[in-house]
Amino acid sequence: MDFSFTREQEMVRKVVREFAEKEIMPRAKEIDRTGEFPWDNVKKMANADMMGIPYPKEYGGAGGDYISYIITVEEISRACAATGVILSAHTSLACFPIFQWGTKEQKEKYLVPLARGEKLGAFALTEPNAGTDAAGIQTTATLEGDHYVLNGCKIFITNGGAADVYIVFAKTDKSQGAKGISAFIVEKGFPGFSIGKIEEKMGIRGSRAAELVFEDCIVPKENLLGKEGEGFKIAMVTLDGGRIGIGAQALGIAQAALDEVTKYVKERQQFGRPIGKFQGLQWYIAEMATKVSAARHLVYYAAWRKENNLSYSMEAAMAKLFASETAMEVTTKAVQIFGGYGYTKDYPVERLMRDAKITEIYEGTSEVQKMVIASNILKM
Amino acid sequence: MDIIVCIKQVPDTSEVKIDPVTKTLIREGVPSIINPEDKNALEEAIRIKEKYGGKVTVITMGPQQAEEALREALAMGADEAYLLSDKAFAGADTCATAKTLATMIKKLEYDLVFCGRQAIDGDTAQVGPQLAEQLGIPQVTYVKEIKIEGDSLIVKRILEDGYEVIKVKMPVLLTATKELNTPRYPSIKGIFEAYREKEVKIVTASELGIDPQEVGLKGSPTRVIATTTPETERAGEIFTGNVKECVQNLVQRLVEKHLI
Repeated sequence: MDFSFTREQEMVRKVVREFAEKEIMPRAKEIDRTGEFPWDNVKKMANADMMGIPYPKEYGGAGGDYISYIITVEEISRACAATGVILSAHTSLACFPIFQWGTKEQKEKYLVPLARGEKLGAFALTEPNAGTDAAGIQTTATLEGDHYVLNGCKIFITNGGAADVYIVFAKTDKSQGAKGISAFIVEKGFPGFSIGKIEEKMGIRGSRAAELVFEDCIVPKENLLGKEGEGFKIAMVTLDGGRIGIGAQALGIAQAALDEVTKYVKERQQFGRPIGKFQGLQWYIAEMATKVSAARHLVYYAAWRKENNLSYSMEAAMAKLFASETAMEVTTKAVQIFGGYGYTKDYPVERLMRDAKITEIYEGTSEVQKMVIASNILKM
Repeated sequence: MDIIVCIKQVPDTSEVKIDPVTKTLIREGVPSIINPEDKNALEEAIRIKEKYGGKVTVITMGPQQAEEALREALAMGADEAYLLSDKAFAGADTCATAKTLATMIKKLEYDLVFCGRQAIDGDTAQVGPQLAEQLGIPQVTYVKEIKIEGDSLIVKRILEDGYEVIKVKMPVLLTATKELNTPRYPSIKGIFEAYREKEVKIVTASELGIDPQEVGLKGSPTRVIATTTPETERAGEIFTGNVKECVQNLVQRLVEKHLI
């Protein structure tokens, strides 16, 4: 058994941490305040080859390992959770399905610029009436000659509007449930594709959650990803990997809160001594640190399984469930420890608390993770 | 252009704490980094290579763990790396260090040797100049700007009250200041290449063909008699900029300390 990172992975963490602290962290508060999409951060990450870490160099990636990618999501999220999810959604949800199911032509046309960071990707499954019940999507795709015609709308799409390339799920056979769903690669600018409402969110305010509208949208036949009817499988397998990314994002948020608290309790004086000297606070910190460590082990265990081609669906669900709930708990506790100051925008813990909440919701709610875990255990 | 860059792995002094009892540096748990001005030298060398072609070779003398600094240099874009590592090299002063580096460099082709101005741990600024003497080539220290003109360099060097412009023929040794450039982050792809596709060659004293009596502690004329820490006053902090910024900074600092 070996719990250590390789020297290469250690250097990835060191370099990304320095990059994140100097380039990403100083802007996090401002991005949260204005809700602007952080194009500068995306550009910087692209220049540092961070937008396609686990994909081969021949497809524009950095030719690295999955664990290094997860380290990067954690460290970027520790600095700015909004930027973390932009990276995670792009890499795990948009690049991955093209890498896994794309034809050689699709990979060359779409994966190469995505993995190089020249283009940004998004994944579009959720609809107003199909959240947890993803098989209930109503967007349709009808084959007409050499192209499909898409009609319907998607909501809460991360990177929506900012992205150039979208993995869109639509029903090619309305008579079927999950088996009637197909996946398509849709470019921004395809006729009939437009961006609708951009959500005002509680947290991760710099990231986009947008509505996508398809009105007789023309998608060339060769942009079908995988085969007709494979869409639901593609979505589910892709989300399994995405959950490791969100687990890492949650872990980064939780670590940031723990770091802030560790600093604060040594500085803040009450009753004539630093509040960190009080056992009540020490117990909080011990509990927070233990949960963060447990979350870290679950996240990297899932990443390690994926890296080593072992099954990881259940482990990814466990990692995402535990890390996101840990992030919520630790950030809430951090606000409590900071007291009145913690409730103000003078300190980052209130932002961390708002950012943490979404990790329990997107890419499968905590309840969905429990469904996945239980079905793996019970097999009934 | 073939450029050799000499780097040193140093403790990150921004994270070093002093033991209040023994008054010595607490080295434990302090991360090691490439000496900052050596990084400026490396960055400039890589930029010259990117513009004019050629090769960047990075050299360090140090213990085995200094390999990490070389890997980072490779990840930034250096092509080759040598780690001069031998028990015989231990305890070297600047003179013995320069001699060891010179012995290695004489085996290589080069147009330019680049060092940082000085290391943040020793602060001597001696290895660069001594190395130039050992190699018998001209030196320009405290470099803030370089232009290449054929086989010559036009170099701006920082002085206390201005700068000096010097034209010098290659081969030449330069020492870099932090004003020279802003070093890049190693790219993620660069890190994978540094570990998977590039090599750090480890060179011992015998492989270098150097007499162990002439290097390390034995080859060092410097003797450290004692080290003491001067009593420090409470550190002051001077805010610069316009009045508005200064007041903002001061108030922010007081808020951080919970004084107001």
